[in-house]
Amino acid sequence: MAGLEDLYREIILDHYRSPRNRGELPSPPAQRVEGFNPLCGDEIVVTLEVNDGSVSDIKIGGTGCSISQSSASLMSAAVKGKPVTEVRDLIRTFKGMMSIHESTLPGKDSQDEADTEAGEAQLLDVDSLGELAALQGVVKFPVRIKCATLSWNTLAQGLDEAESETGPAGA
Amino acid sequence: MADLIDVAHGLDVETLRKDFPLLAQEVNGHPITYLDSAASSQRPHQVLDAMREYDETTHANVHRGVYRIAEEATHRFEAARVAVGRFIGAPNPSREILFSKNATEGLNLVANTWGRTHLHPGDSILLTEMEHHANIVPWQMLAEERELSIRWIPIDDDGALILDDLERLVDGVKLVGITCMSNVLGTLNPVGDIARVAHAAGAVVVADGAQSVPHLPTDVSTLGCDFLAFSAHKMLGPTGIGVLWGRDELLTPLPPFLGGGEMILDVRKEGFTPNDLPWRFEAGTPPITEAIGLGAAVEYLQAIGMESIRAHEISLTTYAMNTLAERFGDDIRIFGPKDPIQRGGVLSFAYRDIHPHDVSQILDQYGVCVRAGHHCAKPLMRRLGVNATARASFALYNNESDVDALADALAETGAFFG
Ligand SMILES: Cc1ncc(COP(=O)(O)O)c(C=O)c1O
Repeated sequence: MAGLEDLYREIILDHYRSPRNRGELPSPPAQRVEGFNPLCGDEIVVTLEVNDGSVSDIKIGGTGCSISQSSASLMSAAVKGKPVTEVRDLIRTFKGMMSIHESTLPGKDSQDEADTEAGEAQLLDVDSLGELAALQGVVKFPVRIKCATLSWNTLAQGLDEAESETGPAGA
Repeated sequence: MADLIDVAHGLDVETLRKDFPLLAQEVNGHPITYLDSAASSQRPHQVLDAMREYDETTHANVHRGVYRIAEEATHRFEAARVAVGRFIGAPNPSREILFSKNATEGLNLVANTWGRTHLHPGDSILLTEMEHHANIVPWQMLAEERELSIRWIPIDDDGALILDDLERLVDGVKLVGITCMSNVLGTLNPVGDIARVAHAAGAVVVADGAQSVPHLPTDVSTLGCDFLAFSAHKMLGPTGIGVLWGRDELLTPLPPFLGGGEMILDVRKEGFTPNDLPWRFEAGTPPITEAIGLGAAVEYLQAIGMESIRAHEISLTTYAMNTLAERFGDDIRIFGPKDPIQRGGVLSFAYRDIHPHDVSQILDQYGVCVRAGHHCAKPLMRRLGVNATARASFALYNNESDVDALADALAETGAFFG
């Protein structure tokens, strides 16, 4: 049985209680994107600045549950200052982690772990996620996955919009 | 005290709980505390057995075969229609009760048939700020297509409709859409008073009975509305079937909703002749087993008595409001009317600043099932200034232990988030 401690790791509660990069950047010049979770009515506002192919600044606004807020906060800390290409990889890896079936998550019996190591783990470098890996327990609570991915989808949309205005990063 | 009320009204909750197999379950090592009947209610074995018995002995398509079981199936299907009609006091149940998929489809049916034949560019309709999306979006869709304008009856801070301005608001309006009972606030609306003013202004009144019909005595001959929609799955019946009641004289001239089998008298290459009421509005094979289940649900509710059910829910709501206020004081904010007499057994609340999703997640750990979200009432959420609420809702099978379990689990939630 999935326990609450799988969901509410200490890092998550910390980012929920004291979110990083909170607020909004003036837009323009910043790109401003809103994301909605139609299930619960949560709203997230991501404002980001892309300069020289990097996410030079990012802020998070809006309201939501501990999972959506901490995921957004962790995300902002992880992507700030990173090249857009790296950020896109991170989005892919994070969303990959959010779509693995529960039984392939580490921490189950050893057979599962062996499978994970052989299969998904190669595709999915969970270690590269650093603190973000704290969110992997969310997968055990399927209705909450959308909470965790809301800010990431919103960020991806923001990057698309920024690039469609200025051309692909690094070009 | 509550025991006395229960005894006085003859509602023996402990005994009737045994009729509901699901309530015997445990969740996460705790007995289940099911407090989400406003979303969907549990079913007694009387309903489940009736459906199974029908399926095992009688099932055939209705209105088609001449063989014995087909005739029997048709008879039982139509008998369920009449039973539902009697349950809500329909003057002419065999014509006025239309089976739909759910309350939502019933409201869409009104928008697509009555709406399309009566609403024209420039016309206005009047809704309330506390409507469920099911009684908003069909009208918005039609408004977009037909260039209609939508007006809103506002609510006050206690979640009651502000009706001081009703005569002006309703002036020139062709249709008034109103929920009998809010699925968020629990507010019971004065449908009759509103209908009187609306009718005087020449408007038709569409009532959403999804929350009221399962919990309050309903008599459409005195309620005042012209259409009433509700869902079986919120009144101890199965999913997949709902009901639209409409006044015979309003339904009779209406065009069909969906086209296909059942809804025609004749089809030629040149065109079709629609069927009589109620089948004109029931294209295709209807939810037959579900209608049998709904009939059994209505019988079950009637055997207990809607007056007793209402009395029990008032007593339980009173107990819940007092318990939560005593244990959590200012940490809890309950939305909607303060007087339990003016509300149904639906308690939406905010607990400290803990997000409703997180509240319901922790409650689940203790087997307590509440709903968290916007409850398909986003205009109301905006009016309340919140994205979401947690909502506990009661049915006849809930008792004071359920309320205590909710309060205990809420205390744990508070401790968890520190
Ligand atoms: C007030 C109200 N109206 C309409 C509905 C829609 O019911 P259904 O989803 O069964 O069509 C609901 C159910 O959530 C409701 O509470």
